[in-house]
Amino acid sequence: MSIILNHVNHIYEEDTAMAFPALTDINLEIPDGQFIGLIGHTGSGKSTLVQHLNGLLKPTSGEIYYNGADINEEGFNKKELRSKVGLVFQYPEHQLFEIDVFSDVCFGPKNLGLEKKEVELRAYTALKQVGIADEYFYQSPFDLSGGQKRRVAIAGVLAMKPEVLILDEPTAGLDPKGRDEILDQIAKLREETGMTVILVSHSMEDVAKYVDRIIVMNKSRVLFDDVPKEVFRHYKELEKVGLAAPQITYIMQELKAKGLNVDTDITTLEEAKEAILKALGKK
Amino acid sequence: MLRDITLGQYYQTDSVIHRLDPRVKLVGTLLFIVSLFVVDNFIGYAIAAAFLLVVIKLSKVPFKFMVRGMKAIVFLLIIAVIFNLFLTPGEVVFSVWKIQITKEGIYLASFMAIRLIFLIMGSSVMTLTTTPNQLTDGLEKLLNPLKIFKVPVHEIAMMMSIALRFIPILLEETDKIMKAQIARGADFESGNLIKKAKSLVPLLVPLFISAFRRANDLATAMEARCYRGGDFRTKMKPLIYQKRDRWAYVVCWFYLSLCIIIGRVLL
Ligand SMILES: Nc1ncnc2c1ncn2[C@@H]1O[C@H](COP(=O)(O)OP(=O)(O)OP(=O)(O)O)[C@@H](O)[C@H]1O
Ligand SMILES: [Mg+2]
Repeated sequence: MSIILNHVNHIYEEDTAMAFPALTDINLEIPDGQFIGLIGHTGSGKSTLVQHLNGLLKPTSGEIYYNGADINEEGFNKKELRSKVGLVFQYPEHQLFEIDVFSDVCFGPKNLGLEKKEVELRAYTALKQVGIADEYFYQSPFDLSGGQKRRVAIAGVLAMKPEVLILDEPTAGLDPKGRDEILDQIAKLREETGMTVILVSHSMEDVAKYVDRIIVMNKSRVLFDDVPKEVFRHYKELEKVGLAAPQITYIMQELKAKGLNVDTDITTLEEAKEAILKALGKK
Repeated sequence: MLRDITLGQYYQTDSVIHRLDPRVKLVGTLLFIVSLFVVDNFIGYAIAAAFLLVVIKLSKVPFKFMVRGMKAIVFLLIIAVIFNLFLTPGEVVFSVWKIQITKEGIYLASFMAIRLIFLIMGSSVMTLTTTPNQLTDGLEKLLNPLKIFKVPVHEIAMMMSIALRFIPILLEETDKIMKAQIARGADFESGNLIKKAKSLVPLLVPLFISAFRRANDLATAMEARCYRGGDFRTKMKPLIYQKRDRWAYVVCWFYLSLCIIIGRVLL
């Protein structure tokens, strides 16, 4: 059970002077239950890639398999695919439209043809999962704050109970606190449900703490695809493509250069603290 | 899907047509449209077709783009053709049961179709080779004499350019919202008419909200830059006629005269 991309290419506006290759020869395997960070500079093709995973875009060439079935084959049930692979778009708050928060979250499960009771149960659970309090349920979604709208939009996709959840820059434009809250909630959600999560982001800092695997995109290609530690070892190359390793990586590198014997593969603040204390204690 | 509508979308490349003064292109388009209604025989349309083809060729815009704009009017085209074909009285050529097709009907229907197609293509050439900014500048300059009658020329031109500028943006936005709702299981294609209309709500509400938001932002941005209408504004790049523009005028007027002579005088 997994998603497999085989030599996927995508060219926007093919056959015109504006033809633009947004994906070039992408080969990936995404097994069940992984927490993946998809990172790249602006315009590197991240959003284009994730829209292929639920069949919204068709590759110009190449195949995409979901659980062994080619999703672009004639007769493949795309509607079902979209309920299994939930995609939360960049700035998802722009898609809200219902008169109140609760009905908006009901939209997804209702489209799946579920019974009213089940729809409402799912909407309720989803709203709770993203931390929206009851008192907001019957407010207009347009009266909420930016961060709250974002959560409601995420709940709208969660309510479809996807097996794979893709979030396209869920933290764009949020303050640090709002960002951490949303990311923590997603991490918790994943632990509870065991679903696959793909988190698209600009920022290594954001994802380093949570993910098991990082895919770095650069100019329509996959540049690195590995566990965070390995990816951050290439911090010099990352800088060249407009990205950066987490700050802590730099600190550890500097310390090492200054002669302190620390592990430079460290990616989070907590690990760093321990490593430095250990190194100092040994001295 | 929605990107198929090319009207109001600039195609960037370097060609003679692109470099022409926008006033020439506006007047030229107008003359071309007039010519379409002046001629009413096939020789005249052949000349119009030749003129259009040469201009398209010169503009270096792939022919595919012109045809793409056509998709938007296919429906209108079919209706116009059907009405003209079946409802024109005259010499019957062909009849089944109560439906009669007349010779006049065939003529009218084909003229109507040709006119509509050429009309869209002609105006597409203009919008594909002229940036909205140029277009407004041209329009403003052309309409300038109307200021004597207190017509707010500058404001009209500004409104037009903003509207044109927003067409591709709103189309892109529509595409995005549509995708987002499809990802939530929305279905815009199947079902009967009522169901289809209902399925548009999740698309239209966010679209309107975003359009209002954009309009608001734009107004604020304009005000922040002390925009205050046309009086005393100078241009960074004032429009000045070049030699090629004069020649283009000559060619356009020559073309129209030819159409009038062929269409009205000779036949
Ligand atoms: N509908 C489209 N038509 C034409 N080109 C497009 C379209 N959508 C995206 N592109 C182009 O494809 C490239 C990749 O876009 P994409 O949205 O996938 O980037 P991204 O990595 O998600 O960037 P960001 O971090 O800014 O969201 C960009 O250069 C963009 O200009
Ligand atoms: Mg993106």
